[in-house]
Amino acid sequence: MVRFENVGLRYGMGAEILRDISFDIAPRTFQFLTGPSGAGKTTLLRLILLAMPPTRGLITLFGKDSQELDKAEITALRRKVGVVFQDFRLLDHLTTYQNVALPLRVQEREESSYRAEVMELLRWVGLGDRMHVYPPVLSGGEKQRAAIARALIMRPQLLLADEPTGNVDPSLARRLMRLFQELHKSGTSVVIATHDLALMDQFDGARRLVLGDGRLHIYD
Amino acid sequence: MNPSPDMAARPPIETVDLTDAWSDTPLVPAETVAGRSLMLVIAIMTFLAALTAGFAIVLAGAARDWRGDVAMEMTVQVMPRTGRDLDADAAKAARVVAAFPGVAEARAFTRQESEDLLAPWLGAGLDLSQLPTPRLIAVRRDPKAQLDEIGLRAALDAALPNAVLDNHGAWMQRLDTMARVVVGAAAGIFVLVLIAMALAVSFATRGAMAGNREIIEALHFVGAADGFVARQFQFHFLRLGLRGGAAGGGAAILLFLVLGLLSRHWASSAGGEQAEALFGSFTLGWSGIASIVLISLGAAMLAGLVSRAIVFRALRSFFAAPD
Ligand SMILES: Nc1ncnc2c1ncn2[C@@H]1O[C@H](COP(=O)(O)OP(=O)(O)OP(=O)(O)O)[C@@H](O)[C@H]1O
Ligand SMILES: [Mg+2]
Repeated sequence: MVRFENVGLRYGMGAEILRDISFDIAPRTFQFLTGPSGAGKTTLLRLILLAMPPTRGLITLFGKDSQELDKAEITALRRKVGVVFQDFRLLDHLTTYQNVALPLRVQEREESSYRAEVMELLRWVGLGDRMHVYPPVLSGGEKQRAAIARALIMRPQLLLADEPTGNVDPSLARRLMRLFQELHKSGTSVVIATHDLALMDQFDGARRLVLGDGRLHIYD
Repeated sequence: MNPSPDMAARPPIETVDLTDAWSDTPLVPAETVAGRSLMLVIAIMTFLAALTAGFAIVLAGAARDWRGDVAMEMTVQVMPRTGRDLDADAAKAARVVAAFPGVAEARAFTRQESEDLLAPWLGAGLDLSQLPTPRLIAVRRDPKAQLDEIGLRAALDAALPNAVLDNHGAWMQRLDTMARVVVGAAAGIFVLVLIAMALAVSFATRGAMAGNREIIEALHFVGAADGFVARQFQFHFLRLGLRGGAAGGGAAILLFLVLGLLSRHWASSAGGEQAEALFGSFTLGWSGIASIVLISLGAAMLAGLVSRAIVFRALRSFFAAPD
């Protein structure tokens, strides 16, 4: 569902952060994206999200050349992709509940039609009693779980998670990882960016995309 | 026991009003939009637009009334000539005109009336017989009949060598021109005011977008269409526009009501007749008030539409390049 062919990216006039990146993400697959800090993991995820165009190369999403997508197609595409940002990007003036419900609200669905679903997911990630609290008073781990819940609420076909366990204790990290695996088994393709080797070792069989020096090495 | 400073510094957590917990908080926070000052600008602009429109309506109405009055009247001037009896000439001219078809009434001003008419300029107690002033005959047309002006002129010429018919045509032309210039100028000012308001709204929209860039980005990433994002901004600006428009339009209507009352008051006092003759009774009437209400609503619509257009235009280039 995602295909990169010889993709390169530089920010402004700087050096190329990514060089000749080519890979595929097939439906119903689970993979880690790893590499040292500053290697370009977040940048790669932003490219998949069409947050910016690549400097060169071809990105194909759900079978379509990313350069030929119009605004409406980009919007439709983003509704199929759930994202957990490294910095969460929760809206501070909305409650946890409202943040998690946001993907449904921007589709202008009736609030009553999804309230129960959102509450259930919030309870599932352990935020049942933090529903009406605003993000600034949430702990780092709570924000992370809220961000994960927001990414999952639409049952995306593709989940991109940037350091989704960076702020939680090891036992919660394992629980969250099991959640991602459940998701994978139910048919979602999952990409998890992390440099937590211990975490990856728990899922030894998973595919690894390793970024280093701007290049990508794939270990199946 | 005192609470620890740490506890005291924490923001309240579970104090959210739960009745409000599910309701739709605006996605673009109201306080990030330059609300108060923009509302004031919209109010002032609406007030000015309503004022120019109102004055144009009053003046156009007064000009129309005036034109109607003037068109119904003509004057015959009987010039003094040495060796002729002015009083007799005036009486004869009045007879000729009065007998002409299409004339309702012709009345010669007496010498006393002419003196009264000129008194404000030449001073009271003046003796017109010493001055070569023409005698006037006021002619009123019959509103139901056609008047052959050329025929009347010919009849007057045949009867008297020193009588001139003035149909006030030059006056009416000037009046028309003046009314058109005033209305045109008002329309110009009106358009300028609207442009200024649109610019103010567009600056405010750009400011609000810059301040809410992260929110816009987050909305896009969770699958919001541009139209949805634009509506979040439009909502604020339409509301500001409605409030500002109501304030400005309301103030304008109030001002015209007060001016109307004042003019009614003046009319009953000395000198009021002149003002009334110039401006009519200075009432806007229902159609005028309706126009001001429409202008106010238009101001709100303009604010909403301008902000929408600006957001759409800005969003088109929002993710065009890596930042
Ligand atoms: N907006 C930007 N403008 C300029 N340079 C940027 C920008 N964003 C990232 N970079 C640079 O690109 C490089 C890759 O950044 P990126 O955030 O993708 O790394 P990462 O692999 O996600 O790192 P981490 O593991 O620390 O999150 C870094 O050197 C960073 O400084
Ligand atoms: Mg990163």
